[in-house]
Amino acid sequence: MDLVLSKESIDNIISVLDEDLLRAGADCVLLVDRSGNLIVNRGDPANLDVVALAALSAANFGATAEIAKLIGEDDFALLFHKGKNENIHFTKVGKGFILITLFGKDVSLGLIRLNTARVTDTLVPILGGEQ
Amino acid sequence: MSFIDLSKNEVQCKIVYYGPGRGGKTTNLLYLHQAMTDSVRGKMVTIDTKGDRTLFFDFLPLALGQIQGLSIKIQLYTVPGQVMYNATRKLVLKGVDGIVFVADSLKVQKEKNVESLDNLRQNLAEDNIDIKEIPLVLQYNKRDLGGSNIPILSVEKMQEDLNRELQVPWFSGSALKGDGVFETLREISKGTVKYVSRKLLSR
Ligand SMILES: Nc1nc2c(ncn2[C@@H]2O[C@H](COP(=O)(O)OP(=O)(O)OP(=O)(O)O)[C@@H](O)[C@H]2O)c(=O)[nH]1
Ligand SMILES: [Mg+2]
Repeated sequence: MDLVLSKESIDNIISVLDEDLLRAGADCVLLVDRSGNLIVNRGDPANLDVVALAALSAANFGATAEIAKLIGEDDFALLFHKGKNENIHFTKVGKGFILITLFGKDVSLGLIRLNTARVTDTLVPILGGEQ
Repeated sequence: MSFIDLSKNEVQCKIVYYGPGRGGKTTNLLYLHQAMTDSVRGKMVTIDTKGDRTLFFDFLPLALGQIQGLSIKIQLYTVPGQVMYNATRKLVLKGVDGIVFVADSLKVQKEKNVESLDNLRQNLAEDNIDIKEIPLVLQYNKRDLGGSNIPILSVEKMQEDLNRELQVPWFSGSALKGDGVFETLREISKGTVKYVSRKLLSR
C-alpha cells in the first residue's frame, strides 16, 4: 500500500501539472494521497499551508465519500468550492489520490474541468502500479 | 500509507493517536506543538471541535530530521475518542503507519480503555491490518493524578488489561505536564520508520 515515486515519475507529474493547469491559469496545484500525504505541489502558494491543505482535503474527500454512500452513490468524482476571489477544485485520481486545483475568478471552471480530466488520465498510469 | 519521494529522499508517514474519549490525545499534540521549535513542527490544525472534544481530528506535521540519508516527515493525527464517532475514526485511520494508544489511568475509565482498544483492533482488521503487525505504543496517561484523591489504576493493572497479549512498548505519562510525551513519540517514530523501510525492502 505504500507509494514510492522515482525522480522520473515526480518530474513527469510536475510537467503535466505545469503544462495543463498552471499554464491554463491555475494559481496552485497539489497532488495528495487519500491518507493525506502531499505528493507534489506546484504554483505559487505564498502564505498557503500546503501540508495542512493536503491533510484537510483528504479528510474532506473521505467525509464526502461517506455522504455519497449514505445517498446510494459510490463516491463523488469531483468537488468544487467557490470563494469570492479564489476557487478550489478537487478531482479523484484513480482510487488513491486527489488532485487539488486553486484558481482565481478570471479562470473559467470549464477550462479547469477539462484540463483536470486530461491530467487525471495522464496521472493514473504513473501512479497506477502503486495503488 | 507512507509515501517516499526519491527526488527529495524524503519519507512521509502517518501516525494516529487513538484511545477513549477524554484520554488525552489532543493534549499530547498540544504539548508537542508548544514544546517543539518552528523548524521541527508545522502548523497544528484542529477542526470541528466543540468545547474540548474532538469531533473530526487534530493534525500536526513534524520534520524529524534524517535517518540513513532519508529525511523523515511525520504527520500526527488524533481521532475522536467518543464511541459514537466510529465512522470518523475509520476515516482518520486510513493509510495509518503507526499508532499511539493513549489509555486513561482513571479507574472509572477501565472498561473504556479496553473497549477502545478492541475498537481499534476491529477497525484495523476491516482495513486488513493486523494490530500485532503495525507499530503500536501504549501510553498510560494522567499519571500525575496518582496521589490525588481521584482513584487511578495501577500501571500493573493497565498492563494486564491492555498489554498482556500485545506486549508492545509502553510509557506512563502525563500529557498535561509533558511527562512521557516525547518518549512516546520517539518510540513510535522509530518503530514506524523501521516498519515502513522493512515493507519497502520486501517489495
Ligand atoms: N490531570 C491530567 N489531565 C489530563 C491529562 N491529559 C489530558 N488531561 C485532561 O483531560 C481532558 C481531555 O483531554 P483531551 O486531550 O481533550 O482528550 P482526547 O483524548 O483528545 O478526547 P476526545 O477528543 O474526546 O477523544 C482535558 O481536560 C485535559 O486537560 C493528564 O496527563 N493529566
Ligand atoms: Mg481530542
